[in-house]
Amino acid sequence: MKHVTRKATRHVNQNEGLIFEKSSPGKAAWKLPPLDVPDVDPSKLLGSAERKDLGQMPEVSEIEIIRHFTRLSTWNYAIDLGMYPLGSCTMKYNPRVNEVVARLEGLANGHPYQPERVSQGALRIMQVLSECLIEITGMDAITLQPAAGAHGELTGLLMVRAYQQSKGNPRKKILIPDSAHGTNPATAAMVGYDVEKMQSNARGMVDVVALTAQMNEEVAALMLTNPNTLGVFEQEIHKIAEVMHAKGGLLYMDGANMNALVGKVRPGDFGVDVMHLNLHKTFSTPHGGGGPGSGPVAVKKMLEPFLPKPVVITKPDGTLAFEYNRPQSVGRVRAFYGNFGMFVRALAYTLANGPDGLRQTTEDAVLNANYIRKGLEGIYDLPYSTPTMHEVVFSDKLQAKKGVKTMHIAKRLIDYGFHPYTTAFPLIVPGALMIEPTESESKEEMDLFIEAMRSIAAEVEEDPQLVLDAPHSTRVSRLDEVAAARKPVLRWKPAS
Amino acid sequence: MPYPTDFKYTKEHEWIKADGKNATVGITNYAQESLGDIVFVELPKTGSEIVAGKTFGSVESVKAVSDLYAPASGVVTEVNSELATAPEKINKDAHSAWLIKITLKNPAELNSLLSAQDYEKFVSEEAGK
Amino acid sequence: MTPMRYLPKSPSDREALLKAIGARSINDLFASIPAEYRLERDLKVPRQMAESEIVDWFRERSRENGDGYATFLGAGAYYHAEISQGTLQSIFEFQTMICELTGMEVANASMYDGSTAAAEAVMMAVRLTGRRSAVVANSLHPEYREVLATYAHHQSLPVTATSFTDTARVNLKELEKLITQETACLLVQSPNFFGTIEDIAAIAEIAHKQGAMLVVSIAEAVSLGIVEPPRQADIIAMEAQSFGVPLGFGGPYCGVIATREQYVRQMPGRLVGQTSDKNGKRGFVLTLATREQHIRREKATSNICTNQALVALMVNIFMTIYGKVGLRELAKQNLAKANYAAQQFGKHARVLFPGAPRFNEFVVQTTEDPYAINSRILGHKIVGGLPLKKFYPELGNAALWCCTELTTRTSIDTAVGMVAESERSVKSAKQEADVQEVTR
Repeated sequence: MKHVTRKATRHVNQNEGLIFEKSSPGKAAWKLPPLDVPDVDPSKLLGSAERKDLGQMPEVSEIEIIRHFTRLSTWNYAIDLGMYPLGSCTMKYNPRVNEVVARLEGLANGHPYQPERVSQGALRIMQVLSECLIEITGMDAITLQPAAGAHGELTGLLMVRAYQQSKGNPRKKILIPDSAHGTNPATAAMVGYDVEKMQSNARGMVDVVALTAQMNEEVAALMLTNPNTLGVFEQEIHKIAEVMHAKGGLLYMDGANMNALVGKVRPGDFGVDVMHLNLHKTFSTPHGGGGPGSGPVAVKKMLEPFLPKPVVITKPDGTLAFEYNRPQSVGRVRAFYGNFGMFVRALAYTLANGPDGLRQTTEDAVLNANYIRKGLEGIYDLPYSTPTMHEVVFSDKLQAKKGVKTMHIAKRLIDYGFHPYTTAFPLIVPGALMIEPTESESKEEMDLFIEAMRSIAAEVEEDPQLVLDAPHSTRVSRLDEVAAARKPVLRWKPAS
Repeated sequence: MPYPTDFKYTKEHEWIKADGKNATVGITNYAQESLGDIVFVELPKTGSEIVAGKTFGSVESVKAVSDLYAPASGVVTEVNSELATAPEKINKDAHSAWLIKITLKNPAELNSLLSAQDYEKFVSEEAGK
Repeated sequence: MTPMRYLPKSPSDREALLKAIGARSINDLFASIPAEYRLERDLKVPRQMAESEIVDWFRERSRENGDGYATFLGAGAYYHAEISQGTLQSIFEFQTMICELTGMEVANASMYDGSTAAAEAVMMAVRLTGRRSAVVANSLHPEYREVLATYAHHQSLPVTATSFTDTARVNLKELEKLITQETACLLVQSPNFFGTIEDIAAIAEIAHKQGAMLVVSIAEAVSLGIVEPPRQADIIAMEAQSFGVPLGFGGPYCGVIATREQYVRQMPGRLVGQTSDKNGKRGFVLTLATREQHIRREKATSNICTNQALVALMVNIFMTIYGKVGLRELAKQNLAKANYAAQQFGKHARVLFPGAPRFNEFVVQTTEDPYAINSRILGHKIVGGLPLKKFYPELGNAALWCCTELTTRTSIDTAVGMVAESERSVKSAKQEADVQEVTR
């Protein structure tokens, strides 16, 4: 190959079948202590409700299980292996101390219904985290209950609806820019609102004139991501808030990109009425290959009565308690109090950083995205030249001339030892390459990435087929998604 | 692939072929090309009513869903059940892999649809965008 | 500032980056934020802490949080112990085992928790039937019912509650009346909130007769080791927490929805499917994604985006460890411990709802307020059963007790002793009062 670049090489990569294929009767990985109460006859106690057979459940030994999951773990890319520039996902370092404290006996094994007297530690964690998040967002009150960002959106819009209802009319519509995450319109629909799309202007931002024309008494709220999915700060945010408020509408901020703002500017100060945070993005809790997330929702004073119940309060004697008597509450959005384990991790992260660390983290995230932009500008098409915050969006326009699309470039990036960036999103950029390095990358790692992306661009010119056929270095090559969707095989079955 | 001249077309890329009060509906070759490999087709039940310009189902590729818009109003008399297990038939020949047959409510509605020539012109403009 | 340990750049690296970008200072990069909103002060959050300080702080909280207590609490939270192929294969195994255990044909890659899974399952039944009302059993976990109410409210979906009989099972006669041709589905829990196993076959018949779907919530996954799964259900919404996920003060847990193949396109949440690459090698992909919000936006089956992958992995490993034989043994120990405890409590107080099979929970009614008894039990570092007044005031001084394989006979005997003492002292106080009454 002509371009000799520094890139990942293969490592030990065992084949590993499904666990069921290792199973045989009589193997076991479990051992229970002997029963200290009289044994029972299940058929007598349960009658016809007794289950006799557990079908195809596996029977394997401990070492096989350890190897199985260890081998599978090596087939995943992870932030601990290298840069994971998946735009909009904020794949940052998950600090080890978070995991240590989340496993402390009293926190990991606390029962949600244990008496408040012996729950003061958990309540205190929830209270301190709430206070930190309120200060960081510049809002007045918060709920930690939602299980994820999209769940936070649902909670936020339920509160919007309850608020509008309390003013006499829940209203009909939610305005959503065309650059928004798909969760925004899906959420609005779940809360019974019609979605009205707003077109972005030539700079990739909300068109305030168009917004003014679209805004009326039928609109309950505008859902805005700021910085938006192009990584662009809505410079006219104050005007946007004014337009909304003038006609009784609320401004909802999708806080997916809050990692560009922490310590530098507060949404509460620029007119946001309600917003969610993603603890698994901005506050370093693990993504875990798709969850658990955690989506606290912060609100301004007038929305506080509508928060989901229960809320944490301080009693006159100074102890903490859950308050259930909230007549205007939108209700519960899930059982218990939220993804508590994520609160512990997010608070540990906040304490590890302090005010100076949080600010430096934001500055580094923005610095890194701008460095990548500088390194790739001209090589890849930059559809919007508006200033970049925490992520940068290129398009495949230059490479498409050779038939190479964003997905091909992404797959080729795997051969260079990186996880791909986000492809084909936001929808307003055809053939998007959405790159978010986060603050966790050193200059050296980013230089490697830039070199890889430049090298791929050169390959597109000289040998496009090499890129079209990528990846070349993975365990499996490109998988047949069409067959998977036409004839779905969603579970293992024994060969008959 | 040529667009049959005895079909009428919509700007949403459906075709309709009428024979008196009876008509057959499908999606155009341009539509199947831009969708790519079709993996699923959602169609109305026999006996249900469809309304001109309104959605009556959807076609899915791996990463996209496209609504189907009724070229004319009518009652569904037959649904192409083959597509449930073999949606790829649309990719192979979109103009013979029909979706539904309907009884037209008002055959005159077809007059406002595009001819093969107009449709071809329309898609060449669309593709050039 | 002092270097922050999570940030891999030296001051000179930052200088070099700024120079490459062509910016004079970092604040140039934030110029797009209107000046009047820029935060020119430090955030008022605690100062930067060392790792040891963080551990100490949380250790203190852990000590304040019932560290070292034995518990009789259950109620939906139970103490039991190409480059993504690893995660995808593991989810495929998870889906397979959930199908195997629930008797369903397909299962998704997980939902937030059991409560939201139940609410989403009801919405799924609404889409499948095209009907716009639901019936829910009063013996469903009260917080699950609250979540359903929240979800249903803005979908203009009326939800009617159905009562339970003196065996704690769903009142079938009432059900016959409540379920009509307008009912999208019936949602019941089994084992239900009181630990009682429902007669699923009878319930299913009533629902299906009217063309309504049966959604069954399973809050205690371990029950599946020894209790016949609700095979007559159309959708199962499960909480898999008790498969090795720490209690964690209520989350993160692992919800999951399982159903029949014919309903899969209306199921929310991610799905992993098996396929092959161009060399015929087996591999796994996310599939049927067109149901989801990132493609279908406002027409999606749900707005759910993440799942609980990491928790589902824990559940998967737990199911693999216990497997075909261990899960049954585990469930049998739960059954035996709860049976012993219920017998012992029954000697001194009233165990409610006899006459129907139970798994690992049961309700004890005392003369004294269970909160008062519990606060004495707490002195023995034991957390007593959950007082039910908050949820079911009509049951009076009742508490829901749960025994798992981790509950020891010693702690059962201690708790029973405290309840017995309470009953004795109440009785003798009453006798004394009666005596006084007579002598007056």
